[in-house]
Amino acid sequence: MRRALSAGERSERRLAWWLCAPAALVMVLVTAWPVLYSVLLSFQRYDLRFPGRREWIGPDNYATVLGSGFWWSAVWVTLLVTVVSVLIELVLGMALAVVMYRTLVGRGLVRTVVLIPYGIVTVAAAFGWKYAWTPGTGWLAGLLPPGQAPLTEHWPAIAIIILAEVWKTTPFMALLLMAGLALVPEDALKAAAMDGANAWQRFRMITLPLMRPVILAALLFRTLDAFRIFDDVYVLTNGAQGTSSVSIIAYHNLIGGLNLGIGSTMSVLIFLITALIAFFFVAGLGAGSPAGKERR
Amino acid sequence: MAGRAGSSRRVRWALADLLVLLYALVPVLWLVSLSVKTPAAVADGSFVPSEWTWRNYRSIFGDGDFLRGLVNSIGIGLISTLVAVVIGTMAAYAVARLRFPGRSAILGVSLLIAMFPQISLVTPLFQIERALGLFNTWPGLILPYVTFALPLTIYTLSNFFQEIPWELEKAAKMDGATPLQAFCLVIVPLAAPGVVTAAILAFIVCWNDFLFAISLTSSSTARTAPAAISYFTGASQFEDPTGSIAAAAVVITVPIVLFVLFFQRRIVSGLTSGAVKG
Amino acid sequence: MAEIVLDGVTKRFSDGTVAVREFDLTIADGEFVILVGPSGCGKSTTLNMIAGLEDITDGELRIGGERVNERAPKDRDIAMVFQSYALYPHMTVRQNIGFPLRLAGTDKARANAKIEETAGILDLSDLLDRRPANLSGGQRQRVAMGRAIVRDPSAFLMDEPLSNLDARLRVQMRTMISRLQNRLGTTTVYVTHDQTEAMTLGDRIVLMKDGVVQQTGAPEDLYARPHNLFVAGFIGSPAMNLLPAELTSEGLRTPLGLVPPTPRITAALRSDPPREVVMGLRPEAFADTRLPRPVADGAARLAFTARTDIVESLGAEKYVYLDLSPEPPGAPAPGQLVARLDAASPVREGEPLELDYDPTQIHLFHPETGVNLTESR
Repeated sequence: MRRALSAGERSERRLAWWLCAPAALVMVLVTAWPVLYSVLLSFQRYDLRFPGRREWIGPDNYATVLGSGFWWSAVWVTLLVTVVSVLIELVLGMALAVVMYRTLVGRGLVRTVVLIPYGIVTVAAAFGWKYAWTPGTGWLAGLLPPGQAPLTEHWPAIAIIILAEVWKTTPFMALLLMAGLALVPEDALKAAAMDGANAWQRFRMITLPLMRPVILAALLFRTLDAFRIFDDVYVLTNGAQGTSSVSIIAYHNLIGGLNLGIGSTMSVLIFLITALIAFFFVAGLGAGSPAGKERR
Repeated sequence: MAGRAGSSRRVRWALADLLVLLYALVPVLWLVSLSVKTPAAVADGSFVPSEWTWRNYRSIFGDGDFLRGLVNSIGIGLISTLVAVVIGTMAAYAVARLRFPGRSAILGVSLLIAMFPQISLVTPLFQIERALGLFNTWPGLILPYVTFALPLTIYTLSNFFQEIPWELEKAAKMDGATPLQAFCLVIVPLAAPGVVTAAILAFIVCWNDFLFAISLTSSSTARTAPAAISYFTGASQFEDPTGSIAAAAVVITVPIVLFVLFFQRRIVSGLTSGAVKG
Repeated sequence: MAEIVLDGVTKRFSDGTVAVREFDLTIADGEFVILVGPSGCGKSTTLNMIAGLEDITDGELRIGGERVNERAPKDRDIAMVFQSYALYPHMTVRQNIGFPLRLAGTDKARANAKIEETAGILDLSDLLDRRPANLSGGQRQRVAMGRAIVRDPSAFLMDEPLSNLDARLRVQMRTMISRLQNRLGTTTVYVTHDQTEAMTLGDRIVLMKDGVVQQTGAPEDLYARPHNLFVAGFIGSPAMNLLPAELTSEGLRTPLGLVPPTPRITAALRSDPPREVVMGLRPEAFADTRLPRPVADGAARLAFTARTDIVESLGAEKYVYLDLSPEPPGAPAPGQLVARLDAASPVREGEPLELDYDPTQIHLFHPETGVNLTESR
């Protein structure tokens, strides 16, 4: 009798595996294989303009990239853009989420319109920002003192890149945070109000702690997403004035420079940095979550 | 007294609403405004166009490369979405409803890919696809698109499937349905909204992509619309492409924005379901 | 209409746990049987096996004389009402009720007539074009009932159909189900964890615990003659008072005093019981000595005094919780006693109260096996 039951289990497993197989196969084939391949390429001198000189050179590419000021500049710019955008998004997104969740008038309208930046194609939005800040053409450039061309200067350009990134992705952050707000039981807020907490205290002492897991998840997603920033930089400055992100610089080495060895080395390094960021987040999540889970 | 306090709160919320609307709409309206300006007015820097013209739209739709880009975007986007939704639904069903070892592995891999830096794939894919003859073809873009749309479909759908009251399946069997009838008459209609949501989200991912589109194509054969725009030069070499680019940007934005507005509720629930489960 | 026979039905899960062990029951045609027990006792598993939603590991299930172990649910001709109602959210009330007919391929006109008739019986005629989301809990429950009765199945299975309703509605629906079952005369198996529901609804009750049937019988039977401690404690509210007692040659030594041997106690002594036993007395066995009391048949009523702890007044009657003093003094306190007294009793909290009881109503249970020693089976 037990054998018959475990046969049923076996068939359930087999069905599950067949159902998952196509998705797993595609995901692994399109990511794992290329990742391994790029590790191999990163240990070779491989310039498509001089294919004859292809050879194994060990860690030389890594030395080249890590010794390059351009690479480090790109890393710092990317980290800066990531940290600043995500922090602004968190604050702005929280405000947006509260408005969407609590507003007494036109809730449906607000919730709908806020999705526009999410839906818009990043490149299209980036062109909008580019022209808005182009002297003569742009309505925002027109607000600056004449003679200013913000996109041609390092810090203003970075600020505009952050602006474009924040505008486009804050709604996504706000949606996640709104879902988190919905997790906070109304009764807990009422009880806190009865206990004498004012609105800010209720937010800080009831809402925020209960939203902690959602906030951390949203931060993780957005941090890793911001770290791969490409479209905005490509359109706004294309990396000029020292505004290259790591994605941009890797792209230029590959498509512009046709240098597979260096491009692959950067790919591997970017992958490693991403993994490192994810690791720190998950460690943070792991340290924070048990208490949160027990409380539920 | 209470009425007055209530109405002043309404006014404050209305002001907050207004700020949100301005936030979301002003940059979009600016693009639209730019796209309907005459060449002479493009450089006037005013937010509201003084004179309206369809000239820019006529010019981009007269441009073979942009039209070709639109066709590529739609075709590649639809095929990728279809493939991702079909195999994603299968996997999501297994994850949500069946017990098997490897369940968490599937979810873990999906999560990894959702966070994966695309640029790390561009270099090796560029080389691999050239070797396989996939470079600058539709399948060459469909493959990465499916891969990056899959995590989203699997997460959205498995969360959705978990919400379906599966007791209904039992009820249908008790009402005299065969397993197939129970699936078609009861489960499919209930799952359909989830599948539609996943499809919309997947399509947005594909439609929005720029990095793969400019890296893995070399001509208008497979170049999608967002990539095509970045190659705009203007009707003649001496003409500023600003108006045309703005018009093209509006064209590729409008359908997706309409989509998003129409399916607002579902998109919100689809995007947030994963985060809440955490 | 059909007789349902469970013959040694057993359910064992793949991890080895036994959910239902050797379940034997013959449900007569038209009978209303209640499966009751605490959660996890295997009652729902039993129902699901009858339904065909779960495989039977061992034993045989016969409906109308035929073995149906291997038949799919749809081929067993039984309808089921679920705890969550399991209404199809994408269908109107009409489509929900008509769903079994649609699957059976009933022609439109006949199906419509049948749906209208069912809706009439359940008072749903005005709601036929609504969707489940727009119905109240009670209305949903009735739609679920309608879906079950519309096709005249040979049996109904109901899995806690009332537990999602509020108390008042639950009582209303209870009478409705009772009336409906009387009228249709369809064999019904009803699962609940609520002993009140079990007592009021069924022709016969099957009380389960840990996958094993404890006792089967009419509600009065389980109440008056519980086979063991578990049945005694489960049936009845407030629950039966259980006190330590000692069988001696003079009689039964209890915290309420010495009870001279009654015929039942003498009978218990014949089964060679242990000295230490558990005495059971229903709360209504007690009466306030200040009030006129029923005439004891047989033995004289025995009186005792205890301190009143809490009095719950229910209007028609009072539940009085009493603290028993240890007997002999210094022994561990035997605990509390609950008595169900006439509302006219002038009892007050904190005061000593004299009660008496009819010793013939005493049950004695084996402290280890729980077997009722006063009910020879």
